[in-house]
Amino acid sequence: MHELSVTQSILDIVLQHAKERKVQQVNLVIGQFSSIVDDSVQFYWDIIAKETLAAEAKLHFERIPGEMTCSSCNHVFHPGSETFLCPACESNAVRVSGGREFQVDSIDVE
Amino acid sequence: MCDGHNHTHSHTTTRVPVAEQILSANDRIAQRNHSLLHQKNIYGINIMASPGAGKTSVLLKTLEALQGRLKIGVIEGDPAGSIDTERAIKAGMPAIQVNTGGECHMDAVMMEDALSQLPLDDLDLLVVENVGNLICPANFRLGTHLNLVIASIPEGDDKPYKYPGMYMGMQALIVNKIDILPYVPFDMDYFQQGVEILNPGIATFPLSCRTGEGLDAWADWLVEKARAEITPK
Ligand SMILES: [Zn+2]
Repeated sequence: MHELSVTQSILDIVLQHAKERKVQQVNLVIGQFSSIVDDSVQFYWDIIAKETLAAEAKLHFERIPGEMTCSSCNHVFHPGSETFLCPACESNAVRVSGGREFQVDSIDVE
Repeated sequence: MCDGHNHTHSHTTTRVPVAEQILSANDRIAQRNHSLLHQKNIYGINIMASPGAGKTSVLLKTLEALQGRLKIGVIEGDPAGSIDTERAIKAGMPAIQVNTGGECHMDAVMMEDALSQLPLDDLDLLVVENVGNLICPANFRLGTHLNLVIASIPEGDDKPYKYPGMYMGMQALIVNKIDILPYVPFDMDYFQQGVEILNPGIATFPLSCRTGEGLDAWADWLVEKARAEITPK
């Protein structure tokens, strides 16, 4: 499980930006190509955030689907798990254009 | 906390923009590791693969092929145990065992710690054998020059489609166990199409540790790549 170290990193970032204020919500943006398991992060969060100002913070995951762009026909699509070919023209001249996000976007504090 | 009676809430919520990469702390240490390698004139590679892809076989064959050309040190990442490290030491190389304590990847701090235990002044090439896992090691930068993924024929041709993050995070790819291609269904075109889309122009080395086919091409490329970055001691 890599979620423990990921969760620790999220907590460090959150506390640093909270500046002694109580944290109500943590807004995460996670692209499909950066896999983490929500439930697992929440599980670790409940343990390691205990006794910090972020103990009661809700974790909000905004998921960004993987996105590819076809350079033959400019079609933008979400790739399947079987093939990455362009669904419009079946070209393989496609490139990853989104879904790499892996960041703490913002926090809601009191 | 609010109690039950009616009152106007005075709590206000402020949204604080953060926009920070979750692994930024790891990346900063990775950058430090990279600077250290640079300063010590060492080329670093990070080997990633799923369990059973043949990481250790490739490593041992590679070390054999590089003998006399580069002075090599090894870092072995394993959830527990030290079997691989003993094999590397037996092969005559300084090797450090990193037990990740159940974690599925090495991170920059483990790397930094291992680096401090190696005779860096005597090395040209540092090979990190990461924990066997295709999901997350690519997310955790270590500070090496090159991320190498080892795929293998028995794993199937759909791995790039199932683990796109890993295939996007590499700078070289070995396809191991090509000697069994005649015996298993593996569509090389389908496999390479996925790879090419995720990682255009990636250097790819089909090889077999059992027959030795393709090993020289890989070893020669690695030496050339290393020499472009460092001056062997
Ligand atoms: Zn198209």
